[in-house]
Amino acid sequence: MFASVRKWLDARFDWAALTAPLRKKTVPVHKLSHWYFLGGITLFLFGIQVCTGILLLLYYRPSSNEAFESVQYIMTRVQFGWLVRSIHSWAANLMIFTAFCHMFSVLFLRAYRKPRELTWVSGMILLFLAMGFGFSGYLLPWNTLAFFATKVGTDIAGQVPLIGKPLMIFLRGGEEVTGATLTRFFGFHVAVLPGITTLLILVHLALIQRLGMSVPPGVEAQRTAQPELSREMHFFPNFLLRELMAWYIALGVLGALAALSPWGLGTKADPFASAPAGIRPEWYFMFMFQTLKLIPAKIWRLDGEVIGILLFGAAGAIWTLLPFLERNGKGRSQRWILGAGIFALAYMASMTVYGYLAK
Amino acid sequence: MDTSRNKYAMRLLWSLLAALLLGSVARAQTPNSCLDCHSALDPPYKVTGEQFSQDIHAQKGLTCASCHGGDPSKDDQDAMSKQAGFRGKIARKDVPALCGRCHSDGAYMRQYNPSLRTDQFAQYLTSVHGKLRAKGDEKVAVCTDCHGVHDLRPANDTRSKVHPLNIAQTCARCHADAVYMKGYSIPTDQFAGYSASVHHEALTVRGDLSAPTCTTCHGNHGAAPPGVSTVQNVCSTCHVFQAQLFESSPHKAAFESASLPGCVTCHSNHRIAHPTDAMLGTGAQSICTNCHTEGDAGYQAATQIAQQLDRLDTSVKGANEILDRAESAGMEVSDAQLEQDQARDSLTKSRVAIHSANPARVQQDVDAGLQIATKTHQEGASALKERDYRRKGLAWSLLAIVAVVIGLRLYVRQIERRPS
Repeated sequence: MFASVRKWLDARFDWAALTAPLRKKTVPVHKLSHWYFLGGITLFLFGIQVCTGILLLLYYRPSSNEAFESVQYIMTRVQFGWLVRSIHSWAANLMIFTAFCHMFSVLFLRAYRKPRELTWVSGMILLFLAMGFGFSGYLLPWNTLAFFATKVGTDIAGQVPLIGKPLMIFLRGGEEVTGATLTRFFGFHVAVLPGITTLLILVHLALIQRLGMSVPPGVEAQRTAQPELSREMHFFPNFLLRELMAWYIALGVLGALAALSPWGLGTKADPFASAPAGIRPEWYFMFMFQTLKLIPAKIWRLDGEVIGILLFGAAGAIWTLLPFLERNGKGRSQRWILGAGIFALAYMASMTVYGYLAK
Repeated sequence: MDTSRNKYAMRLLWSLLAALLLGSVARAQTPNSCLDCHSALDPPYKVTGEQFSQDIHAQKGLTCASCHGGDPSKDDQDAMSKQAGFRGKIARKDVPALCGRCHSDGAYMRQYNPSLRTDQFAQYLTSVHGKLRAKGDEKVAVCTDCHGVHDLRPANDTRSKVHPLNIAQTCARCHADAVYMKGYSIPTDQFAGYSASVHHEALTVRGDLSAPTCTTCHGNHGAAPPGVSTVQNVCSTCHVFQAQLFESSPHKAAFESASLPGCVTCHSNHRIAHPTDAMLGTGAQSICTNCHTEGDAGYQAATQIAQQLDRLDTSVKGANEILDRAESAGMEVSDAQLEQDQARDSLTKSRVAIHSANPARVQQDVDAGLQIATKTHQEGASALKERDYRRKGLAWSLLAIVAVVIGLRLYVRQIERRPS
């Protein structure tokens, strides 16, 4: 049957010629090649997000009067609604986790180096977009925790010098977090961000396709010294089937999380109630949130929070442009970037843990 | 012309500033010879400026002379001369009338606090304290015993002796002192009892300032023990439904004929414990059996009511337990939890309805509660069934995923063994 379909496609579209680059494409095989799967798993989780998000859209109503009830309806009345919503929420968190892991693996394997600078830049922007997805989606169930976390988050955005206040009003759709904010965040979450992200994913994939998989410098040196030891694997079907195995395992993990620990709904947001104790952002913002909490209110004559926000902004910009800071053949700059990567990972992990342990 | 007008305006401004400055200096230098001396004296004559500045009267502009007479602007004995109207230390028996001089004058008090009552002195005269004082008893409480003197604070100040949180201790200073109360033929364990009561817990632990303290039941300025026949009127100011049901119950007439005080007969007076279902029925902790004996109608009604409450209580607890289990398993049961609130309300209503001493009346609320609790229990059971269904689905899905992964692995191995 597959042969007849292929024949049919071949007769009309020259299918064999179209898929020839895929069959020719190879992937290097070495002791660190399993890290290559992280990008694919992140892409798979994005696909899950798109599919479950579309299903949720069938019932979700983006207004402050109906959002909470509609999610409650999805969780309790819609057939497998609980599964779709739980998978959407868990996959969102796993996607950001695997995106971070992918970013650090690329950094430590130095896969960002020439000629893949733009692949890194596009990947970093995708990571920021994923965090934007998380921030905008968190508010959509319109529960107490999400409401106040959004209030705190947009308050922090309001501290950015010069553009802070207009930015906050733009995000909130007014001075306060209201139903207008919910509608706005819904728009970002289901239209603006997916559009930009899809385009950027295509660019990211095209760059990978064009430039191929990077080989870590140490492995590359070995391969140059002993060419007989260098091994390659066909992208199609060998690598793709292995990637498929990784996707299946990710699907199993997702299903287990959704069935054993369904994503909670909490209580409906009441804008007139006082903020409950222990308001925290999502885990991937925790390191920044905890840092801003620890910074003194005044540093010299400047506002501590503003300094923190500026430092995080500068760090994000520098991180995105990291490949351009590494000078070819200069060991010092490579060691500096490696040290910065280890420090960033340790700092983010410890601040996140501290944020959850701190009262 | 503009210049001369400006000069005139400047002169006026300087004159105003000078007048303000002189005025404030003059006020700062107003002498108070009373405090000059009394701040240096030993108790009970010691009154410091700091202490008096905390007094609500001082804050409203009254001085020592307002109560004691005299002229604080003069030094030494001239300040305390008869010519200056000095009244000296106010005798205890004269304190209520002295306070009443202002506090009974509505027109005078309105300028300080228009919402403050002005019947305190009239009330005091009707109180046990006031009546005994009129008979010449010098030990009974007068205004200053409860409100303090020279550092008297308004009742809404938490440091005030008559703030709701402090009233019981203020009353207990005399009423818990067996030596002081000797000769009055009343018990002195009221404070000990009240301290162990549900009312005290509500006030001090839960911070409910509307919870009853001594003055809530006995009155404040008109303090008197509520009579046996009116005690339910006192309790009913808060416990309205219980009182209404009691009024229509067979207990009403029976208690009256036996001269038993309504609510207090079952709940006691000061040591009012949190009521439990064990107080009903015919068990070891039952209070019904204090009066009823096996075979009489009341005994049967008590047994029946206890069984009704026990049935509803068991049903509500069962539904609570299964809903909590479902919730902790991540199931969405918030609607059922909301309904369960109504079942708990029905249990509370049933516990109120027992004051009718009528099993048929209690059954109405019990039935309403049972209906809801049965429904929420079913919802909890369905949620747990759904949880099990999900887990079975997960197990089968994981098996399928493992099978596919193994199949893929074998297939990859197979194609990689083929010669390229």
